[in-house]
Amino acid sequence: MTGVGEAGHRGARARSDCWVRVELRDAGGIDLAVQSKVDAMYGDAVRRTCHAALDALAVRHAAVAVEDQGALDFVLAARLETAVKRAGAGGGATFLPDRGSGAAAPPARDRLRRSRLYLPGDEPRHFVNARLHAPDAVILDLEDAVAPAEKDAARLLVRNALRMVDFRPCERMVRINPGDLGLADVDAVVPENVHALLIPKAESAEQVRAVDARADAARRAAGLRVPCFLVPIIETALGCFNALAIAAASPNVVALTIGLEDYTADLGVERTAEGRESLWARQTVVNAARAAGVSPSDSVFSDVADLEGLRAAVLEAKALGFEGKGCIHPRQVPVVHAAFAPAPDEIARAQRIVLAFEDATRRGLGVVAVGSKMVDPPVVKRALRTLRTAEELALVPPDWRTDRTPTDDAERPAAAERGGAE
Amino acid sequence: MTGLTPNALGRLVPDMVNGRREAPFQGVHGHRPAGRKAAPAIRSAADYPASGDKRVASLVEALEACELRDGMTLSTHHHFRNGDLVGNMLFDACAKLGRRDLTWFPSASFPCHAPIIDHMEAGVVHHVEGSLNGPLGDYCTDGRMRGLGVLRSHGGRWQAIQDGEVHVDVAVVAAPCADPFGNANGVHGPAACGSLYFALADSLYADRVIVVTDHLVPFPALPWQIQGNNVDHVVCVDRIGDPAKIVSGTTEITRSPDRLLVAEWTARFVRDAGIMREGFSFQAGAGGISLAFAIYLKEMMKQAGVRARFVRGGSTKYLVEMLREGLTDYLLDGQTFDLDGVASMRDDPRHQATSPFTSYNYHGKGFFGSFVDVVVLGATEVDVNFNANVVTHSDGRLLHGIGGWQNCLFAKCTVLAVPTMRDRIPVIVDEVTTLTGPGELVDVVVTERGIAINPRRGDLLAAVKGTGLPVREIRDIQREVEQICGGKPTPPRRGRQVVAAVKWVDGTVLDSVWKVER
Repeated sequence: MTGVGEAGHRGARARSDCWVRVELRDAGGIDLAVQSKVDAMYGDAVRRTCHAALDALAVRHAAVAVEDQGALDFVLAARLETAVKRAGAGGGATFLPDRGSGAAAPPARDRLRRSRLYLPGDEPRHFVNARLHAPDAVILDLEDAVAPAEKDAARLLVRNALRMVDFRPCERMVRINPGDLGLADVDAVVPENVHALLIPKAESAEQVRAVDARADAARRAAGLRVPCFLVPIIETALGCFNALAIAAASPNVVALTIGLEDYTADLGVERTAEGRESLWARQTVVNAARAAGVSPSDSVFSDVADLEGLRAAVLEAKALGFEGKGCIHPRQVPVVHAAFAPAPDEIARAQRIVLAFEDATRRGLGVVAVGSKMVDPPVVKRALRTLRTAEELALVPPDWRTDRTPTDDAERPAAAERGGAE
Repeated sequence: MTGLTPNALGRLVPDMVNGRREAPFQGVHGHRPAGRKAAPAIRSAADYPASGDKRVASLVEALEACELRDGMTLSTHHHFRNGDLVGNMLFDACAKLGRRDLTWFPSASFPCHAPIIDHMEAGVVHHVEGSLNGPLGDYCTDGRMRGLGVLRSHGGRWQAIQDGEVHVDVAVVAAPCADPFGNANGVHGPAACGSLYFALADSLYADRVIVVTDHLVPFPALPWQIQGNNVDHVVCVDRIGDPAKIVSGTTEITRSPDRLLVAEWTARFVRDAGIMREGFSFQAGAGGISLAFAIYLKEMMKQAGVRARFVRGGSTKYLVEMLREGLTDYLLDGQTFDLDGVASMRDDPRHQATSPFTSYNYHGKGFFGSFVDVVVLGATEVDVNFNANVVTHSDGRLLHGIGGWQNCLFAKCTVLAVPTMRDRIPVIVDEVTTLTGPGELVDVVVTERGIAINPRRGDLLAAVKGTGLPVREIRDIQREVEQICGGKPTPPRRGRQVVAAVKWVDGTVLDSVWKVER
């Protein structure tokens, strides 16, 4: 064999990454040349990983050059495997580095999904610290953030990251590619305990079921007993019309979201800040998601410098019925969380309603009132949801019923005061 | 070969540095100086033109008039940072005069001074005593420089001059604005940089002082940061610096999300530990994290309705905004990093230029750096005993000077705001490569993975209890990072030859920098 393969990024700007060149030979063993920025500290470790990777991929004779800008092991391993495969060797073999302790965190259907932070799948340097910014989910993106020529590289990098990088307590999501490329993505990443797959450009229930079936097969083959959830992304007019069928395509669908850049491109219109052009589509997604019993989640806000604009956009999304927002920069995460969090007056109102409801129930009264207003059951339901969120976010103490501070004494529950409804 | 002695922290340090006998570090407050300060020769106005016009035609002529001889010590200053043209101009002139074995004693050197290497190779310059980085740093750590590098803090440089440890034969002051008498300042002219106070000690203690300017005004050049009464000669040249590299038009805040997180937590620490209160003071430099810290803290001060009595810079437009918005009564400025800072220092009397004497000099009757409530600093390494390194990379190569860093450690609360790793290089280590700051002065290490408080500061630990801040043991953070990086790093192989000495603020030797074997 005499193929040549290169992978990774070169030069001082390729921080926390490396570049690998593998030139296969017929004889002469492994000729490894490592230039590493961290040679003094981790040079031996770098060389060990190189030899282990070449061994696992059955490369016996090759000239291998590595230019290392401080790549962590999972990156180095992925770059080597990519270069070997691009050189035409390795066959079906893989080099799977040892799993880190965070890889086994289990998925959960019911959890907060206010923020999901996109991490470009071919840029490893943001992976290890992503969880420190506390998004509800991280998305390792194999789709739009990855150039077509680097899809193979990103897939291996993301697979290794899922094995070795600790993303806890975030939900581990991967955005796969559309079509067959995406199904191959599923094969590579699902065995590494992906909590949810984002399915881009979802236009039909069949499409979702195809990914579901493929994920199921990959999961079983890997001996995983936990489910792999799905989050279809509506990005076209056709997707909008099939939104309900898409959301209801599998019990594994946990949320439905929308991609507005692609959607507006599909319509042939500009994406504006006001978003009038996409209002119907967003409302369609909210309604389809609710109809199917899954969580509606909004698109990303693309101006990372405009945190005030983001806050307004999240408040608007919340008003439309969305429960989550995509983030493309970690600094967006706290803004999204704060905007989705129930406001103090919202919490106080919910507390009054719930106290009145509980008091009325205790007294066996059928009707609940707060002040002069009758409170219908759906209002109580909404208030309970608000308080559950507030408790999860520690905005109210679990014992708020006995702790008097959050409620305004001047507006004590009418039912308690007057002993009955009006 | 000089002898090596272990100092009070067990670091092996040279007994002799460039021909001077040196005392090893004796503890943070251990060394007491004796004797009297140095003083320059008495001069007579009879020897200077009564007209007040001290201009000479060229730097060569001025050096000749100063009777420059082989082996003398010449100083320049880093007000123009990487845009300085005068350092190289000076030694070109010395070479033209055929002088040899000179010592360059800059307040700091920058990569733009790489041509000094040629002067060292040619024998014009013997060695450099001052911060070394970039190509000059490599020249030193490769063991190619004839003398030892000597790294001092800004306060330590004043101390060395004042105590007579370093005698400056000729000080060359690059002045953005000067008059023919030699009064000079940094707030006017095309190369305006703020203050000129890194040159103040030299102007007071050197035998001869030359002012070099590209913006001569008739007497009086005000403010007279450098007083003409201390100046021998004035030289006019076309250009003394590259304005674009002296101060930036705009100061960039870091965009790194991890560094912003460090900055935000630092600000929350300062607030929640109760340090941020009416009339407090803080210091934050122009480094990415420090700058972002100031911006977060400003918002918190506004929310809480708290004003500072003074803020200590390195000033930038962000600190200037705080002054203008009434969030601080005064801005005490050691050096100025952007055009807004320069304009503010020129126009606003509450924006005070400070010298290393007032802010930092340890051999004085106190210094105000010791009563700043909180200072936020960076570091390249911190060890598990809170000792810190700012002068070398983890592989032992010289990275940058000490600046005011050591002097700032004396603040009431010293915070190192650092990322836990740079690419694969862990920042928290078992033992620092080069000791620049003793751990007993480092109170808090804020990282993106948590906040480590020095166990010596039980008061701070108590103050943040129940605040929800992510307080962790420093070893706990270290373990987590080493796991990510793939185990403990191989300890650096120390060379056998000392190439530079790191001074403490009192002139004793804190640590050695060793030759790095390629």
